[in-house]
Amino acid sequence: MNTFKLVAKRIVFLIFVIWAASTITFFIPRFSSRNAIRERFAELARTGGFSPQDLEKVVAAMQKQFGLDRPLLQQYGDYLVSVMHLDFGFSLKKYPSTVIDLISQSLPWTIGLLLVTTILSFVIGNLLGAIAAWPRAPRWLRSVATPFVLLTGVPPVLMGVLLIFFVGFKLKALPIGGAYSIGVVPNWSWSFALDMFVHQILPALALIFGSVGGWVLSMRGMGVTIQGEDYVNFAEHKGLDGIRIFRDYYLRNALLPQVTGFALALGTLITSAIVVEGIFGLPGIGTALQDAIKSNDFPVIYGITLFITITVATLMVLLEFIYPLLDPRIRKQ
Amino acid sequence: MASIAIPTAAHVEEQVRQPSQLTLLFRYLRRNKSLAIGLAVMLALVLFTGLGMLLISPKQAYPLAAMFKQPPSLKYPFGTDFFGRNLLAAMVVGMWETAIIGLLAGALGTLIGVILGFVSAYFGGWVDSIIRSTCQILTPIPVLLIQVVVASSLDKRDVTIFTMALIVVMLAWMGPTLVIRSQVLTMKERQFVAVAKLSGVSDLGIIFKEILPCLLPFIAAAFVGQVFAAVFASFYLAVLGLGPLREPLLGNIIWAAQGQGAFFNGWWWWPIEPAVAMILILGSLALIIMGLDELANPRVRRSE
Repeated sequence: MNTFKLVAKRIVFLIFVIWAASTITFFIPRFSSRNAIRERFAELARTGGFSPQDLEKVVAAMQKQFGLDRPLLQQYGDYLVSVMHLDFGFSLKKYPSTVIDLISQSLPWTIGLLLVTTILSFVIGNLLGAIAAWPRAPRWLRSVATPFVLLTGVPPVLMGVLLIFFVGFKLKALPIGGAYSIGVVPNWSWSFALDMFVHQILPALALIFGSVGGWVLSMRGMGVTIQGEDYVNFAEHKGLDGIRIFRDYYLRNALLPQVTGFALALGTLITSAIVVEGIFGLPGIGTALQDAIKSNDFPVIYGITLFITITVATLMVLLEFIYPLLDPRIRKQ
Repeated sequence: MASIAIPTAAHVEEQVRQPSQLTLLFRYLRRNKSLAIGLAVMLALVLFTGLGMLLISPKQAYPLAAMFKQPPSLKYPFGTDFFGRNLLAAMVVGMWETAIIGLLAGALGTLIGVILGFVSAYFGGWVDSIIRSTCQILTPIPVLLIQVVVASSLDKRDVTIFTMALIVVMLAWMGPTLVIRSQVLTMKERQFVAVAKLSGVSDLGIIFKEILPCLLPFIAAAFVGQVFAAVFASFYLAVLGLGPLREPLLGNIIWAAQGQGAFFNGWWWWPIEPAVAMILILGSLALIIMGLDELANPRVRRSE
């Protein structure tokens, strides 16, 4: 019964977050002086699509088509209903593609990159951080973490620019951008898969280098406080071997707060990936967003931001449900 | 009988005279390496920008001021870009504008945070629950994405470095609010506040004379954190192409360079220079934050 109440509480919270995000993305554009439809058709009129005199008529017709002539509250209600169906409307630039079409085309690329880099940097960072604070680890092993700590302030995008310059441009070791070589047609062969993989290495490294330092720092801090705990001392006096103490007594307990940190870092991780994709010209949700910004494709901008916001908020709440699996103390309660 | 010199109070004071404040500061900085290095890099950046603003005409930082696409040379130590900007001047002006955005947004965000935190913790009740739950609901929303929505809704002519600062502030006050709130909550229960209250000091008197001075270290730390966040956020917005496009903001330069395929065309200096400048700015701020953390929270020192 208690668990049920807890779960229900978190779900209500999640609904509030999604409602807040949708409300922000609904009202901000409505208060803006820009009219997406007029801008788009003015552009078409300039390139000779139709005579400029008809512009206002076309705009009015389209406004009606999109339901923009109805009262604001009614629009708001409809908007909330369509958000619940993950319906973000049509793209202005790539009409009749819908926003959710564009998202589902680019999402696999982003998920692939993000999943690999997030897992790798979480594992590497926490391991290095734990070792750096473990007094019995060899000295050289403890100092491995230092260069990563120095990189903490550097955002992944800048890391990307540096990697492109040193590895891609100076050494010519890896390609400096794109998802695959220019002139290659995507197909299901091993050589194409290899080509794609090679193009993902630098962006992945940029994201990993950009986030490992943060995990190292917080894990080192956690490790230091756990070392002084009685149960670790007791385990040592019992004569347990070092690896076992490190793994079961020290690492496992230090990791718990890191999961909370992981949930809080989700938003930053995704925004970093969005910007890094743009720098490397990878197809993905970040590049889709940047294209939309460049061509003033407002429904796509708002749709993508809202979609990512909902995803991040949902993941954060879901991560909270993992705690009982990791921590027996919570399960008992 | 030998007289025993009894040390007077003045005597003792002379013997254990404290070293001057400056020496103490330097001694502390020698122990707190990250604060020292961070402050040194920051000082160098401030000197570079300050001297640059005095010696170089800011006009050089805008298009059509110099020759096009020149690699670094004696005449143009940092080279020039595709649009004919002298990149040395662009770096100077870009850092100056970054500093304006960072300081303005940092100060505003901290101010809002301090006010809301105080109001929330001091008065409690329904005010507190509204402010706290607003913070909690907004926290899971990735701030940059909302900033993208705001920035792209603005008319391109309305986007200046000042609107950039305001956009960045809009969703950045939750962190300081929660920190200050929790600090005020613990402060409120202390005895000196109770004494002040019983002596008939007004609410405002207690807030400004009793509690605020004790919170100054936390406010300072929150301020540096806010500056870092503001520089970071405005940089990301600019890299996405949402900055004031005419201004030589560091993120704008990288966006423009990437848009023109700078690396493909071999103009490596163009994106690298703003990237290095930004790394120095963010790196020094991060080091200062770590150093301040160590200053405020001595338990962290053990990990060194």
